[in-house]
Amino acid sequence: MADRIYRVNMSDLTSTIEDVPEAWAGHGGRGLTSTIVAAEVEPTCHPLGKHNKIVFAPGLLAGTYAANSGRLNVGAKSPLTGGIKESNAGGTAAQFFARLGIKALIVEGKPEKDVLYCINVKKDGVDISEVPELKGKGNFDTINAIMAKQGENTAVISIGPAGEMKMAAANISVKDPEGHIRSAGRGGLGAVMGSKNVKCIAIEADDSSEVQIHDPEAFKAAAKVFAKGLIDHPVSGQGLRTYGTAVVLNIMNEAGGLPTRNFSAGQFEGAEKISGEHMFDVIEERGGKTSHACHKGCVIQCSQHYHDKDKKFLTSGFEYETIWAMGADCEVDNLDQIAEADHLMDDIGIDSIEFPVAVGVAMEGGLLPWGDGPGILKLLKEDVAKGTPLGRLLGSGAAVVGKAYGITRVPVVKNQAMPAYDPRAVKGIGITYATSPMGADHTAGYATATNIMNVGGSIDPLKKEGQVELSRNLQAATAAIDSAGLCLFVAFPALDIPECFGAIVDMLNARFGLSLTGDDVGALGLSILKTERGFNLAAGMTNKDDRLPEFMAEEQLPPHNVLWDFTGEEIDAFWDF
Amino acid sequence: MQVAVKLFAHFRNNRFKKEVRTIAPGVTVGAIVTELSIAEEEVGVVLINGRHGSLDQALAEGDILSLFPLVGGG
Ligand code: SF4
Repeated sequence: MADRIYRVNMSDLTSTIEDVPEAWAGHGGRGLTSTIVAAEVEPTCHPLGKHNKIVFAPGLLAGTYAANSGRLNVGAKSPLTGGIKESNAGGTAAQFFARLGIKALIVEGKPEKDVLYCINVKKDGVDISEVPELKGKGNFDTINAIMAKQGENTAVISIGPAGEMKMAAANISVKDPEGHIRSAGRGGLGAVMGSKNVKCIAIEADDSSEVQIHDPEAFKAAAKVFAKGLIDHPVSGQGLRTYGTAVVLNIMNEAGGLPTRNFSAGQFEGAEKISGEHMFDVIEERGGKTSHACHKGCVIQCSQHYHDKDKKFLTSGFEYETIWAMGADCEVDNLDQIAEADHLMDDIGIDSIEFPVAVGVAMEGGLLPWGDGPGILKLLKEDVAKGTPLGRLLGSGAAVVGKAYGITRVPVVKNQAMPAYDPRAVKGIGITYATSPMGADHTAGYATATNIMNVGGSIDPLKKEGQVELSRNLQAATAAIDSAGLCLFVAFPALDIPECFGAIVDMLNARFGLSLTGDDVGALGLSILKTERGFNLAAGMTNKDDRLPEFMAEEQLPPHNVLWDFTGEEIDAFWDF
Repeated sequence: MQVAVKLFAHFRNNRFKKEVRTIAPGVTVGAIVTELSIAEEEVGVVLINGRHGSLDQALAEGDILSLFPLVGGG
């Protein structure tokens, strides 16, 4: 059976199943969500109005036994940036979509009636049911309610209260194999889902069918080479598996690029206490799990189960970005408090980068003292979850909070909060923050790898030479990886081991009967970037939106006392292709 | 002269997090790595006072040397 497009119209609560148009056939994952949004969404529309659409797409390799191929891509016009958005997550949904032969699910329109809905995706089509009982429920209760009704082996995509309240920092949750949560975190996609009154999407398991592979033998051979690359490379096979993504915390701190105290310093005194090494010790001591896969087929397993002091499960998928944002950026040096916040943010459904960075800005404005972990937990429980005026303000993201408090040190690009690498001390990532059509997003072109970690070569993080080209190459490669539906962490081995990169191309060819080359895949990535930028320009952005905030060119970042010193022209050269 | 050596990730196993060591002038990063029984090919990143360095670089009085295996994530 050929893959189909499922389309749900929330205005009249109908659905259709459509053939895949020629122009979309070669796309998957991010390439497909961005192509559909660019083709069907009026760029100037209100992101929370009936003209926006939200698109869910598994990648081109989803549902196969290619390692780490289960990422779900979500796209729409972003209420945070006002531009195009793609955000992706693990969990089981992408593989379930692929097995049902669903290339994309497009949700459009907006219901008249003020009631929440669940979209049930099944083998023989879609039905839409009212779920008033889930109003105001957290993601965990929502997922449990769906599992109780439709079986544990149902994939769930949901929003929490933040999404229902249409906060610009609201994210989308995807259930993992154990009923925990992975998040498509960035850009307020949860608010778009909430604007269409869609509380959740439940996807039926279909173990009877498998995705079609054009040349199974060739696929098997390539998948083996690929998995071996992931296991052999020290970053993916060892570091991430043992210490999780927080392994990066200490190296960023030592290199002086760990944004601290709302981006006013590059090193945090409490770094060791929130490091990956420390987390590993705590997990071991309390009997958690130091490695865990967010979907079936992940061999890297950067996730973990973090237990509390009483050795009870507290959170999973406890990521570097989250730990940094509430940790160094708000100067909280207590990992248990950050873990509790991580769980709360999962449940409320709010981006664990945008929210804590917004809090850091508010701390600068005097809302809370630096390092006040319990204060942040209280804000989450009593303000954000309940939607008080303060909770809604913080849930609107760092840029809005900066305005409300009259702060000039506001670390955003295109209104999206910067993640855990200071661009003054990691200049390559600064080019990515500036130019990515997504706004400040480290995953869009992870130049930190080559600037700091000597992966994919090495380029001095404190110098400008080579950074624009590096960021462009990485952004193109990332757009391609996101289209394949692979976890971005496969990039570490793929950058260093030529056979591992080649295996990705070979798997795509074997799956679809194509004869793509590595260059074709790079060209696909570049064309996706152009599509996304085209949408942003049509929405009213200009090259002046590709800039870092002024303070970064004027306030030196200790310990290296460096400034952001790229000119506008140098940044704009990014788009010369 | 004295330098501080900091180890990260699995380099810490059966070794230390941070140690102040007395070395002779001209001693290189590579020599310290060998002394710590770390295989040179295992060293992913060398930072000297927070800046990228190399194994053949000699250390100076008061330097802070940070040694990492290849790590990444985020
Ligand atoms: S490496 Fe981590 S993020 Fe990637 S697929 Fe595995 S558990 Fe998920």
